This record gives sequence, C-alpha cells and structure tokens, in this order.
Amino acid sequence: MSRLNPFSKLGAPLLASFARSGSLRRKATHTLILCAAVFALLGAGDPATRFNDIGHQMMCICGCNQILLECNHVGCPDSDGMRNELMAAVSRGDSDSLVEQSFVQKYGPTVLAAPTTQGFDRVAYIIPFTALFFGCGLIVLVIRTWKNRPAPAIADGLPPVRGAAREQFRDQAGKETDL
Amino acid sequence: MAVIGSFALLLALALSLYSFLGGIVALVKGDGSERLGETARRAGIATFAAVLLAAVILVVCAFQDDFSIAYILHHSNRNLPGPYKFAVLWSGQEGSLLFWSLLLAAYGFVLRLRYKTDPRLFAYASVVLAGVQIFFLSLLNFAAHPFAIVQGTIPADGNGLNPLLQYPEMVIHPPMLYLGYVGFTVPFAFALGALIMKYPGEKWIHITRRWTMVTWAFLTCGVFLGAHWAYSVLGWGGYWGWDPVENASLMPWLTGTAFLHSVMMQEKRGMLKMWNMWLVFATFWLAILGTFLTRSGIISSVHAFAQSSIGDWFAWFLGITLVVFVFFFIKNKSSLRSEHKLESIVSRESSFLFNNLLFVLLCFTVLWGTWFPKISELVQGNKVTVGAPFYNRVAIPVALLLLILTAVGPLLAWRKTSLESLKRNFMWPAIGAIVVAIFLMITPQSWGSPFGLRPWQDIAYFYSLMAISLSVLVTLTVASEFYRGGRVISKHTGQGMFASMVQLTHRNTRRYGGYIVHFGVVVVIIGFAGAAFNLDKEQEMGNGDKMTIGPYTLICRSYTDDDAPNAASEWAILDVYKGGKYIDTMTPVRKFFKASQQTSTMPAIRSGLNEDLYLVFEGLNPDNGHPIIKAHLNALVMWIWMGVWIMLIGTVLALIPNAPAPVRVPAPARLERAEAAPAVTGD
Repeated sequence: MSRLNPFSKLGAPLLASFARSGSLRRKATHTLILCAAVFALLGAGDPATRFNDIGHQMMCICGCNQILLECNHVGCPDSDGMRNELMAAVSRGDSDSLVEQSFVQKYGPTVLAAPTTQGFDRVAYIIPFTALFFGCGLIVLVIRTWKNRPAPAIADGLPPVRGAAREQFRDQAGKETDL
Repeated sequence: MAVIGSFALLLALALSLYSFLGGIVALVKGDGSERLGETARRAGIATFAAVLLAAVILVVCAFQDDFSIAYILHHSNRNLPGPYKFAVLWSGQEGSLLFWSLLLAAYGFVLRLRYKTDPRLFAYASVVLAGVQIFFLSLLNFAAHPFAIVQGTIPADGNGLNPLLQYPEMVIHPPMLYLGYVGFTVPFAFALGALIMKYPGEKWIHITRRWTMVTWAFLTCGVFLGAHWAYSVLGWGGYWGWDPVENASLMPWLTGTAFLHSVMMQEKRGMLKMWNMWLVFATFWLAILGTFLTRSGIISSVHAFAQSSIGDWFAWFLGITLVVFVFFFIKNKSSLRSEHKLESIVSRESSFLFNNLLFVLLCFTVLWGTWFPKISELVQGNKVTVGAPFYNRVAIPVALLLLILTAVGPLLAWRKTSLESLKRNFMWPAIGAIVVAIFLMITPQSWGSPFGLRPWQDIAYFYSLMAISLSVLVTLTVASEFYRGGRVISKHTGQGMFASMVQLTHRNTRRYGGYIVHFGVVVVIIGFAGAAFNLDKEQEMGNGDKMTIGPYTLICRSYTDDDAPNAASEWAILDVYKGGKYIDTMTPVRKFFKASQQTSTMPAIRSGLNEDLYLVFEGLNPDNGHPIIKAHLNALVMWIWMGVWIMLIGTVLALIPNAPAPVRVPAPARLERAEAAPAVTGD
C-alpha cells in the first residue's frame, strides 16, 4: 500500500495519512479528474461563442480604435470583411492562435486588441504585477520597521495628566475613534 | 468683438503676471509689503473678470454667427441649436483652453476671497495659481488664440459642431470634467505653498481636503457623464473603451481618491506627510498630462479632438512643474518629517497603506497601458494595441483586491485591532457574502440576471462572481457599521433605529458619508459585473421582420425620415415584445448633419434594473438597400448610473459639517487616581 502511495514519497506524514484513507483518496482523485476536465474544456465552445470571443480580442483597422465586433461605423471599409474572414476561419475549425496569426500577418500587430504574451509584449503584463509584488513587499517592510520602533521610554511611570493636556489627549482619542 | 476679446485675454495675462510677481515679491520681502501683497491678490481677482469677459464674448460671437472668427467658423453653424452654440465654448482646442482658464480663474477668485482663513498660506497658494494661470493665458495669447480672424473671404456659414457633441449631456459633461481637472490645481497650490513656507501643523491639509473632495466629486461626475455620453451616443453598446483620453480622466481620479484616504493618516496620526505631498502633486500633474495626451496627438485616440503644436507647451509645463516641485521638496522635506510608529499590523493604518498602494498601482497600470504602444514602438519598432482585454486581465484583479480592502478597512481601528474584534465584526458579513456566492453559482442560469454564474466556464463569470460577492461583503460591513453605531445611540436616547442612524451620520458626516460613497462604489461595481452577461445581435430588418434577443422580440413596423435645418434624420420604428406581450415602441435614429457632412447614429435605449435593450440603426445594406439593426442586451447598466448618484450623495454628506459634539462630562475622580495605569489600546 505504501509503495503505491505517491504522497509517502514526499515524506510528508500528514499527506501520507491523508492518502491512506481510501474514501478521501477517492474524493481527491475525483476532484483532480474534475479539475482536469474543466481546464481541458476551457476555451472550447461552439463557433458562435468562439467568433464572439476572438472578435473581441481584435481591433477594427479602419482607424476607429474600436474592438472588431464593436465597430459600428456606417459604411466602415474594413470591419465587415474582417468579420467575414473571422467567421470563415472559425467555421473551418482553425485554432484561436492560427486565426490570430493569420490576422496579424495580414493586418499587422495592431490588429490584436492586447499585447501578446510573447517577446517584448510580455513586459506589458509583467511590469504591473511586478510592481504589485514589490509594492506589497515594500509596505510589509515599512509596517515592520514602524512597528519595531521603540516606544518612548517612561522613567518613573506615567506622569499625571490634567487640564489642557488631558483635553488634548481626549481630542486625540476622539479623532482616532471617530466619535 | 474679436478685438475686445483679444484685449481681455492680454489684460488677463498682464494681471496674472502681476499677481504672480507681485505676490512673490511681497512674500519674499515679508513685513512691510502687505500693500503689495494685497494688490497682487486683487490682480488675481481681476484676472477672473478679464477671462470671463473673453469667454462671454466668444459665446456671444457664436450666437451672432460671427464667422469672421476662425474658431466660430470651424465649430458652429447658423442652424446649430442654441444650447450647442453655448457648448461651442469648449468644443474645440482654443475654446476649451479658454474655458480651462476661466475655471482656473473662478477657483482663484473663490480662493482669494477666502484668504482670511489663513492669509499667508492663501497668499502662497494664490501665487502658485497665478503661475499656472500664466501658462494657460500664454497659450491662449500666443499659441491657440480663440479670436483669430479668418483670412480672405468669410464663408456664409460655418462648418458646424462635431455631430457626436450635439447631445444634451455634452452641455454638462465637459464643464464637470474640467471642474475636476482644473480643481486639482487648488490642492496642488496649497500643497506647494505649504511646502515652500514649511507650514507648521496640519491646518493646510484640512483646507486642502475639502477642496479635494469638491473637486473629486466634479471629476467623478465628469468621468461618469462621459461614460453615459459614450453609451448614449457612440452606439457601440458600451460605456468605457479604455481609450487614452478616457484613461487620462481616470488617472487623476485614482490618485485623488488615494489622497482622500491617506490624508486621514496625516490628520489623525500625523503620518505620511511626504507621501500626501506627492499624491497631491501627482494628481495635479496627471490632470495636466491628460490634457497633454488629448491635445498633442502623441497617442492616437478616438477622442483626441485636436492635435497641434501646443503639445510642446504642455511638455515644457509638465517638466517645469516637476522641477519646481522636486526642488522645493528636496529643499524643505525636513519640515515634513514625522515620527511613524505602528502598534499593530492589524490596524487602520496598515489598511490605508495597502489601499494607497492599490490605487497608485491601478493608476500606474492605466498609465503603463496608455504609453505601452509608444514604448513598444521605441523598443521593437512596431506599435501594439493596448485595449480592453489588457486592462481586463491586469486591472480587474487589482480592483478586486481593493474591494476586499474596502470591506475590511472600515472594521479596523486606528492603532490596533484585536483579532477577536475583527472576527466578531467580520464574521457575519463574510458568511453573507459566501452564501450569496454559493447561491449565484448553484442557481439555474438565466439571462439578464447574475444567476447561474459558473466561474469555471469563463473567466468573465469568475470576475463577475467575485465582484458581486465582494460587493455584498462591502455592503454588509457598511450596514453593520451603521447598525452598531445606531444601536448604541438608540440605547442611550431611546430613539428608533432609523432616527439613531441619521443622528449617527450627522455626528460624523465624513465617516458615514464615506461609507455611503463606498456603498455607491459597490453599486457601480455590480453594474460593471453585468458586462459578463451582455448579448448582441445584428440583422437586416425589413417591414414586418422579427429579431429575437434574450427575452425580447423586435418587430420592425416601418421606417420614416425627417428633414430639419441642422440635420436630416432616418428613424426605424420597432415594436418590442417581452414574453409575447407588447411593452414598447423604440425608434433608433441615424442623422446626417448638413454643415459637417457627417453621419451619426443615435441609439434607442430602454433601461431597466435588470438590463438595457439598446438598439442601433446602423444604416442600409449597400447591396440590397435593406436596413440593418443591431441590438444589444446590456445587463445591470442602470446600476452604474444609480451608484454614481449614491457616491455623489455620500460626498455631499461628507462635506456637511458635523453636528455639535455632545456635552463632555468631567472625568470621574477615580480616573485622577488611576492616571498611572497603563493605557489599553483596542478597537
């Protein structure tokens, strides 16, 4: 049993004990199969859905700066032809990437509504998420630094607070509690 | 008239120069130069009168069809309806710069009248405003003159106003947007003034916050009016296309919103002084950058209504303001030092830090996406398009994180929050949000409502589910805040719960007004989430033909046309049925504007809480002459417009002064004895 148990090879006792339970293992297997099926089916669809999806990833090239399927210029010289081409490609069963490649070859890279995930275009996506990552790191660092600052030393206990000073503290407390 | 207008602009420039230079001399010399300072202030006030005169003259010229003025010739015509002749003022390059200058002068007028609040700070702010005003008036006098005279024969009629601008909302959208853009000059003027004079204390930030809130409300209004205009006029079925000009209005809004949050850290804890200074500057700078983008032609845009050499002027102005600000920041940053001390990671302070990070990151993402085509061209020699799919992939996840913070932030106390209290306050809203998410996932799919959202089917459904669930979370936390506060007052006063909540809001308008703004935001977000369920269909429709979209059936009754002096129109008359029952007749229109020789479509929209039926008469098929109708079914769009109203109501509420604080009861004697006891921090 343990020889067949993939989790025991990981040397994680917790995972191994989880895997020893037959019922749990069956559930985990089912979940994995379900997830695999879901991901395999992602992106699949009928031609109309694919036409709609791909058409929203492309631009009309007439200069209107609109998404291909949203171009509404009366008498637009390009969008009708492009839509027909797209419909023909989808009906032929061309893959999404093949359709995109053929459009890029014909109309240039600006026909795609967003940068690709290849070459320098990748930078468009990497930079914002890198900024998020480093920004979060920076804030955690700042919080830790501010938190670790020593509190002001008090020599002989707290001095009595009276009169104006107390009013000042009450004002501050009011501010901080929004009351 | 043109001569008087030109003279008024020159006079305004001279007055601004005096206000700027006289103000500087008075501030530098200090004591003994009060009279000079006063004349500088009055010159600033007089600038408003001079610019107002120039603007009035331009509008009068539009009404008088004075086509000897090039601007009127290019942006108006004899048959243009009256309200649009008024809108001519901001419809073109020169007029809109004059309008910008007018609004800046108006803000300066109000600021200079209220100088007694803090004469020295206001004197500094007045000088900064005059400096900005000099830039715009120089542009108007030397680069984009609105009163330039037509050379040669004067045509009998003008070229007309852009057809897309001939819509009632265009009479109010640009003024609102410009009030927002220009208004951010005032917080910047106070911030730079406070920085230069090393302003002691936090009073300047109180003054600045109120101006920023007013300006923010105008910009919010302007941005969403623009979205509504795009939706109602452009006829592509959407309200936001991530166009560079749209992005330009969003960027200062994002940094302005970040400032409205982080300013609380400075007011309550004396923290983030430098950061706030930079946020105010960035907001002003981004507003100018947006104008630069719109007018320089450096980045292609549907809305870039004017392209000219004034882009260089803006580039220089952006550079100079940056240098001036950085110089004074480096010189006087010691005055902004504060002792940052956090007692706990789980605190309001931490949540504001992350809140600011996400707002600034969103702004950076929009800026990055706007400029990336240019960067790509520089690096790899070819432009790429950065459109909606990019922003959906990058900006939506960040916006969802921000929504989580919107829910959690208000539940955290300043200084320190115990996990126990966070759990107590957060548990029920979180359970509510999870229940709603599960409900939305397991219910059967039904068009037009966010049921049957299977996040594994489409990433759009996943985002939509997350957005709606988190919106529910925020709504429940806001409601719980009102409920808990109201319950305490109700207990002490014996009033009903609703009256107690009203009293609670009145006691702290800023806090509870802010919660209402948050609620407005989630209503807007739910409206955005509806985009996942949109449908559209295009069909040729002759008389009697049918089209079915979602639960609606459209039957074409007939077509008709109309000829007015300004434009000829063709109307499609469509009967609308829902569930087999007649509900309405809709008439999308296609107009041909005679002066500009341009065609434009005007969609017919039937709005409901669930969905909008949006019909566009696209024109006639050139092959067979059959009319083409495009129908969109846009889910939850009305929520966006409702949410904006709620946001504005919340902002107005937050601007109302608090009700007087309850009478303080003297501290009991035992507190005097227990003064040596350590303070206990908690929520």
